[in-house]
Amino acid sequence: MNIDSIKNGYVIDHIKEGKGMQIYEDLKLGELNCPVAIIKNAKSNKMQKKDIIKVDGNIQLNIDVLGYIDSDITINVVKDSKIIKKYHPELPEKITNIIKCKNPRCITSIEQELDQVFVLTDKEKRVYRCKYCESKAK
Amino acid sequence: MKHLIDIKDLSVEEIDELIEVAKDIIKNPDKYSKKCEGKILATLFFEPSTRTRLSFESAMLRLGGNVLGFSEANSSSTAKGESVSDTIRVVGEYSDIIVMRHPKEGAPVVAAEKSIVPIINAGDGGHNHPTQTLTDLLTIKCEKGRFDNLTIGLCGDLKFGRTVHSLISAMVRYPKVKFILISPEELKIPSYIKKEVLDKNKIEYIETQNIEEYMNKLDILYMTRVQKERFFNEADYIRLKDSYILDEEKIINSKKDLCIMHPLPRVNEISVKIDNNPKACYFKQAKYGKFIRMALILKLLEEC
Repeated sequence: MNIDSIKNGYVIDHIKEGKGMQIYEDLKLGELNCPVAIIKNAKSNKMQKKDIIKVDGNIQLNIDVLGYIDSDITINVVKDSKIIKKYHPELPEKITNIIKCKNPRCITSIEQELDQVFVLTDKEKRVYRCKYCESKAK
Repeated sequence: MKHLIDIKDLSVEEIDELIEVAKDIIKNPDKYSKKCEGKILATLFFEPSTRTRLSFESAMLRLGGNVLGFSEANSSSTAKGESVSDTIRVVGEYSDIIVMRHPKEGAPVVAAEKSIVPIINAGDGGHNHPTQTLTDLLTIKCEKGRFDNLTIGLCGDLKFGRTVHSLISAMVRYPKVKFILISPEELKIPSYIKKEVLDKNKIEYIETQNIEEYMNKLDILYMTRVQKERFFNEADYIRLKDSYILDEEKIINSKKDLCIMHPLPRVNEISVKIDNNPKACYFKQAKYGKFIRMALILKLLEEC
């Protein structure tokens, strides 16, 4: 199967197999007008199987959230068909509207228009807590 | 300091400053009786809490200010489906400072984000109740004269009791504070408080089920209610309930200057026979609550 290399954009590599669609949803890639490819079950020496996402477009993506989903992911930023930056995402300080607070006593349970915001409270243990009720993200 | 949502919002210095103002109010009430003249405090109680609301209203009236508000959600526009943000925006136009109690956790955070006037959290569900903690701190300061070098017994429901959790978080910032955690197995302090607050701050503590075991060591005994609905079966509740009722016999070996505290309302966890004992400080604690709220209102309105 051939997926063309991209000119400008992102190659999100080393995604755990099966996680590609979740990332597609979380980054809201379905809303983009540019070409987006999800490759599932690609061969990988390191991981045996992996998912890859390619986004071909001169756009700015909010990819910080990937650090929360899986910090082993590799992000390649491509410009004029060359990789200009390659890195593993760090845990973001704040994630918005990616996970939902499960605490039934939280204000977000009755006021649906509020953003679901989680704040990093323990970097070592990767603990995020709801900005409002401080419940741990599950 | 613009709002007070969580006791952790306050530094040790800010707490000390509030306590000093409160102590000065106790000494010289007349000096403060017109400080808030022309100011309005709005009390938005989305769930009823007569004691806390009256304490705030009394505090503002003693400062020469005025109060308006509602005491339950049914008598507010919330009953029509209005959001917290909208209510706060509107009430902010009618008042200079807002006190709110809400059954949902985190509601005051939403309010503070939208409000043009200072917000005081007067309790959000089982989450935070910072003015109760400030009340407890002023009581300790006035009754014991210090925050350091104290052995504090916390008794009753240590699992769900938010006042106990906040008091621990506030007191671990002072040196040589020890805790005796007295509760039935079912209502022990949650492990995250032990790990994230006590162990992290290298605080000495002992867990026991026996209220009398360490009575002679305590400088402060903070009582809370053991509620029936917290138990999985009634037999356990019946077996344990009387062990945590404080009476004259249980404090027989206590220090002369023991200070017995309780956030109130009390049901039966402290015998009324203790009420006249000089060690009983829980009604004084309610009085201190008004003074610390006066200090807080002044501070947030930048009147002192």
